[in-house]
Amino acid sequence: MRATAYQRKLDVKNGRIDLSHGAGGRAMAQLISGLFHEAFGNEWLARGNDQAAFDVGAGRMVMTTDGYVVSPLFFPGGNIGSLAVHGTINDVAMGGARPLYLSASFIIEEGFRFSDLKTIADSMGEAARAAGVYIITGDTKVVERGKADGLFISTTGVGVLADGLDLSAEKARVGDRVLVSGSLGDHGTAIMSRRQNLAFETEIVSDSAALHDLVALMVAAGGSSIRVMRDPTRGGLAAMLNEIAHQSGLGFRLQEEAIPVKPAVAAACELLGLDPLHVANEGKLVAIVAPDMADAVLAAMKAHPLGCDAADIGEAVADNHQFVQMSTGFGGGRIVDWLAGEQLPRIC
Amino acid sequence: MKYADEFRDKTIARGLARAIGAEAESQSEYRFMEFCGGHTHAISRYGLEDMLPANVRMIHGPGCPVCVLPASRIDMAIRLAERPEVTLCVYGDLMRVPGSQGKSLLTAKAFGADIRMVYSTLDAIRIAEQAPNREVVFFAIGFETTTPPTAVMIRLAEKKWLKSFSVFCNHVLTPSAMHSILESPDIRNIGRVEVDGFLGPAHVSAIIGTEPYEVLAQQFGKPIVIAGFEPLDMMQAILMLVRQVNEGRHEVENQYSRAVTRKGNRRAQEEVSDIFELRDQFEWRGLGLVPHSGLKLKQAYAQFDAEMRFAMHEVRVADNPACECGAILRGVKRPVDCELFGTVCTPEIPTGSCMVSSEGACAAHWTYGRFRDYQLRRA
Amino acid sequence: MCLSVPAEVAKILPDDMAIVSIDGISKEISIALIDDLAVGDYVLVHVGYALARIDPAEAERTLQLLQELGSEGQDLQS
Repeated sequence: MRATAYQRKLDVKNGRIDLSHGAGGRAMAQLISGLFHEAFGNEWLARGNDQAAFDVGAGRMVMTTDGYVVSPLFFPGGNIGSLAVHGTINDVAMGGARPLYLSASFIIEEGFRFSDLKTIADSMGEAARAAGVYIITGDTKVVERGKADGLFISTTGVGVLADGLDLSAEKARVGDRVLVSGSLGDHGTAIMSRRQNLAFETEIVSDSAALHDLVALMVAAGGSSIRVMRDPTRGGLAAMLNEIAHQSGLGFRLQEEAIPVKPAVAAACELLGLDPLHVANEGKLVAIVAPDMADAVLAAMKAHPLGCDAADIGEAVADNHQFVQMSTGFGGGRIVDWLAGEQLPRIC
Repeated sequence: MKYADEFRDKTIARGLARAIGAEAESQSEYRFMEFCGGHTHAISRYGLEDMLPANVRMIHGPGCPVCVLPASRIDMAIRLAERPEVTLCVYGDLMRVPGSQGKSLLTAKAFGADIRMVYSTLDAIRIAEQAPNREVVFFAIGFETTTPPTAVMIRLAEKKWLKSFSVFCNHVLTPSAMHSILESPDIRNIGRVEVDGFLGPAHVSAIIGTEPYEVLAQQFGKPIVIAGFEPLDMMQAILMLVRQVNEGRHEVENQYSRAVTRKGNRRAQEEVSDIFELRDQFEWRGLGLVPHSGLKLKQAYAQFDAEMRFAMHEVRVADNPACECGAILRGVKRPVDCELFGTVCTPEIPTGSCMVSSEGACAAHWTYGRFRDYQLRRA
Repeated sequence: MCLSVPAEVAKILPDDMAIVSIDGISKEISIALIDDLAVGDYVLVHVGYALARIDPAEAERTLQLLQELGSEGQDLQS
């Protein structure tokens, strides 16, 4: 968009964030207009108010908020900016809603490179445009060196939900099918491959993607026979299904052989002693669907590029202990438990 | 994954399970101890228990270096890490192991200790090179498998003239512990474990070879079969043990011949014997003081010995009296026999060491197998 | 104990280091503990070190035996 009162251009190539960029003065205004407005460009931001007013169509609103503290900030397949946009869109979409607007708040560490900030802001703008949503309000703070890990972003998203749709975990019933939209563990593996002390080379890239189009197709095919949808982010599929088991009072029984995991993800997990079912995803969803409509919903998923590897991986079962159980590819049975503590690589 | 996937074949597994079922005499009970936590983990992870006949029972042994590390050694590491000049490098497995005051390295880190998780000893060297003004200490643990990488690291540190680098050595030896399980006065008092045979360690044996087990098999009249960590490896080894028991043999057999020889990895053995020597005794959680079961740095490498460099001393502490880790590590009790299991002791808030490491008998059972307890009760 | 995975040696580097590959991932490890490794050899990797060479003939022999034992077991049932 057009620069207004501030003429001196930001030195995006060599400059760095200093404390004045968060102090409310001219430098901050310049950063916002020169970098964020440029990247996000839309009529709400252009008006330069502290809030954005927008019309709401018929239906119920959905709202979600999320903080992003990923390390490293840049990883194969994306960066913290695209991740923040995709993640928040997905949280709105998992309710079955159509995402509309986002806010973005930046906490930036003194010394952060303008060039990196610009790359991140540009990929946020790109991700938002591709998804047809707008980042319409935001905030910028700068903290002293050592007080943030480069950059933290928090985003809030709103969307609208069609009448009659009310997805929620407690609606799951015995016999419901568990559908997953694609291979698991790609994002976490891509991130781990770039962590210092773990570093390995892989062609696996983050699956970070906005899932609302896929969700719209699924809702069109299955309507309210979709009981609940969630994106298995931190803690992976295991955490997500255990959460739903607790909320619904049911157990799950999975078939290990049906769960899509890329060979390189499986290999990285073997190397580090991790379980792919605990590894994070940023462009996958899991849907619990009534059995009679499961095939139709699965077909709708497979028709979308982000769901082409979708699979039916198991079912909800009656279980007072709310265990998530799995028949192993080897023929035995095991529990798929929550991840205990942090995901730490093991030697043994 | 080549050399792994082929050994996870479901169809062959079913056939093997039937063969074990057919050859295990129905009126006898077969109790085999898998010494190694890698086996414990694999048994739980692949659901192997579901495939074995009821009269073939696996007893989980003490073969997890994290589990057998006594709380006093964790306390020592925490005290060391709390020194302002020290950066402590540790393997991820150790972070949540509780010391005597319920404090772990993870909590010490939260309180400001400079603790870094590393994947390899080479990472510790890198950290030491980057921070020449810090006292960088590597918290070395592990059996014979993990000791050679520590030896290589010390040699590298010497070559690179790293003046402020040292090692807190907690390396322990497998055969000594097996010996202790089979024959120690302490264990006799508590009740000796009835074990009909051992599934011998895979990767430990890749280093030490099969020879060191021969004297054990002879002395105690128990068969030992060295087994790989893939599920088919283990099932084949169990079948080999069943056959030995049936035929009254007690030999050392090697199922894992693709990686294990009788003499082991000589080069790795030499690296270790150049740098380390036996301690007179070392405390194992659950086994107590086991003679000649731990390693320390030789005098020639004393400059790299953190225990000397920082005048560290061990204060023995008693384990939680209700915690059954000791008996579980010896195979005398099962996780469900402990009243803390699944109540106050879970992988999130472990009381005992068996619940900490994912290779511990309690953690493996909790994480992968606890649904069987309810099936049993229902049945 | 001792988590370890089989990996193929893809490239020998100076200073006793090598690149190994495992199903589409590759990692730099130390080969200081094994003599005379060549590209194409398989090794067991533990904490960033090659610990043992995998003997392809022995692996084949074990697999053969497993096949036989497995199919004998199948026969038992039928």
